[in-house]
Amino acid sequence: MKKDFLLAIFDCEEKLLASAEKARDKKVEMYDVYTPFPVHGLDDAMGIKRSFLPYITFGAGATGLTFALCFQIWTSAFDWPTIIGGKPFISLPAFIPITFELTVLFAAHTTVLSFLIFNKLFPGKKPVIMHEEQTCNKFVIAIEKENANVDELTSLFKDQGAIEVKVQNVDMNP
Amino acid sequence: MSDAHVSQLRQPLIPEDRSYKQISEDILDTLEEKPSKAWLICFTISAMVLTIGFFTVAYQVGTGIGTWGLNKTIGWSWDITNFVWWVGIGHAGTLISAVLLIFRQRWRTAINRAAEAMTIFAVACAGIFPLIHAGRPWLLYWVFPYPNTRGPLWVNFRSPLLWDVFAISTYLTVSLVFWYMGLLPDLATVRDRTKSSIRKVLYGIASFGWNGSNRTWHHWEVMSLILAGLATPLVLSVHTIVSMDFATSVIPGWHTTIFPPYFVAGAIFSGFAMVLTLLIITRKVLNWENYITMGHIEAMCKVITTTGMIVGLAYGTEFFIAWYSGNEYERYCFVNRATGPYWWAYWSMITCNVLSPQFFWFKKLRVNIPFVFFISIVVNIGMWFERFVIITTSLHRDFLPSSWSMYSPTWVEIWTYIGTFGLFFTLFFIFIRILPGIAVAEVKSVYKYTRKH
Repeated sequence: MKKDFLLAIFDCEEKLLASAEKARDKKVEMYDVYTPFPVHGLDDAMGIKRSFLPYITFGAGATGLTFALCFQIWTSAFDWPTIIGGKPFISLPAFIPITFELTVLFAAHTTVLSFLIFNKLFPGKKPVIMHEEQTCNKFVIAIEKENANVDELTSLFKDQGAIEVKVQNVDMNP
Repeated sequence: MSDAHVSQLRQPLIPEDRSYKQISEDILDTLEEKPSKAWLICFTISAMVLTIGFFTVAYQVGTGIGTWGLNKTIGWSWDITNFVWWVGIGHAGTLISAVLLIFRQRWRTAINRAAEAMTIFAVACAGIFPLIHAGRPWLLYWVFPYPNTRGPLWVNFRSPLLWDVFAISTYLTVSLVFWYMGLLPDLATVRDRTKSSIRKVLYGIASFGWNGSNRTWHHWEVMSLILAGLATPLVLSVHTIVSMDFATSVIPGWHTTIFPPYFVAGAIFSGFAMVLTLLIITRKVLNWENYITMGHIEAMCKVITTTGMIVGLAYGTEFFIAWYSGNEYERYCFVNRATGPYWWAYWSMITCNVLSPQFFWFKKLRVNIPFVFFISIVVNIGMWFERFVIITTSLHRDFLPSSWSMYSPTWVEIWTYIGTFGLFFTLFFIFIRILPGIAVAEVKSVYKYTRKH
């Protein structure tokens, strides 16, 4: 699938940020912005909602905690009770270290996996490249051509210091 | 990025002016070039040491751990000393990447990648010792609670050794994914810059299709912060649990509540020393002085002095409490440490860990690279002695004087230990050849910090 994009290419993050804010004020819907490093303030300018990842982390951590506690209690007190060091079968303090470790283990790996899945990142995936230097030193605003008033936006981005503004046909499934 | 709240006295983190493209070139060009002579020599030596270590391990697995110098009184010595030492070294990487991220110490960006790599390699080295000590390493999966035909008979969840299994495996895997998620943007930069088609394919696979989309960056930053928030208590828990291998026992010298914080401080202390040892060489060989600056070295020296004093305070507290407890076994254990047959180990530890970091009070010495390098090695020797002193001197004179004993390592133990250096440095040299040794994207994001532009 190929799509036409209006691409505005910048060589520094300040100009990019100012342009993105101007475009937002004009209610332009930005498809995405490509930057070599995270540019703070851009999330607001693009109107990105706060990431849902913390909720997943919390859920996974709570699951890990519950699982670890239940499993240790079940094995030590119900499935095969053994007296160790004269401790009660449910010796909660001794179960805390592993409970903590499994909470972290579940939370961390679930967070990373969710991040990869929701952003469709996986080994061998071919990247969608708008500009060959977008991961090195160029900052690119991409707007779908059908949502863009090309002439108006071209002059807006040029005024803001874009080094190049162009319409490009991009392969979305490279 | 606005730096309105930053003091005017702050210096830019990257002293020389660079464009973003030049930053990529400075850091990533080394991956495109043929390996230098210095690299080849270092790598060959490390690989040779690793090979000797490999055969030593094979020999002791084949023959049994009777090849070690342990006896009935001293059932733990070099094996666990080396294990704790390597795990401790690993902790500096997590401290730099996670704790300093939470504290918003932006200077961490230039050193976090290499330090995290060091974490993973050090934990891998540490894991070798319990693996061999298990006697039959091919049965090591028995440490995990899986349904089995023996009942099922479960592992003992009340044992600190089992806590270790969970702590170390969680730590290793979480550090690994944290490190790799940080690598994704830089691997994509390598992929998009390289002219070689093989590299384009390989880095293309490894970079997971990263393209610098801000929608992805947004989640990426949140994820980094979450992982840092999880890794910070994790790193504290790991060395706490390692210290509980000793503290939950009833051996005089081990049975002390001070162990968890004392071990964690020691871990950071030795870990920062190892980071310094590695990065002082790396920045010189790869011309990264503009990124890993004197400021970084000074900051790490200050961390070493601080943690060195915490460790020193712990040594003093231990002694005081041994006397104050009124327990004669406890008291004897500590007097024996300082004046018994292992006095030389104890005083080496004090000299290396308590006295040597005091030199870093002087700025002249903090910016003297050969001196810092020397002290960084001294500190690691001292921290090795600390573990040896805690473990061996607490065991060698037990409750029955007729079983008092001395310990000396056999060639097998010595070469296994040296072999882990081979593993560590081989992995590190491979790392700086094939992966970006500095977090390029993160360095670019702090380039304009306090810079007039």
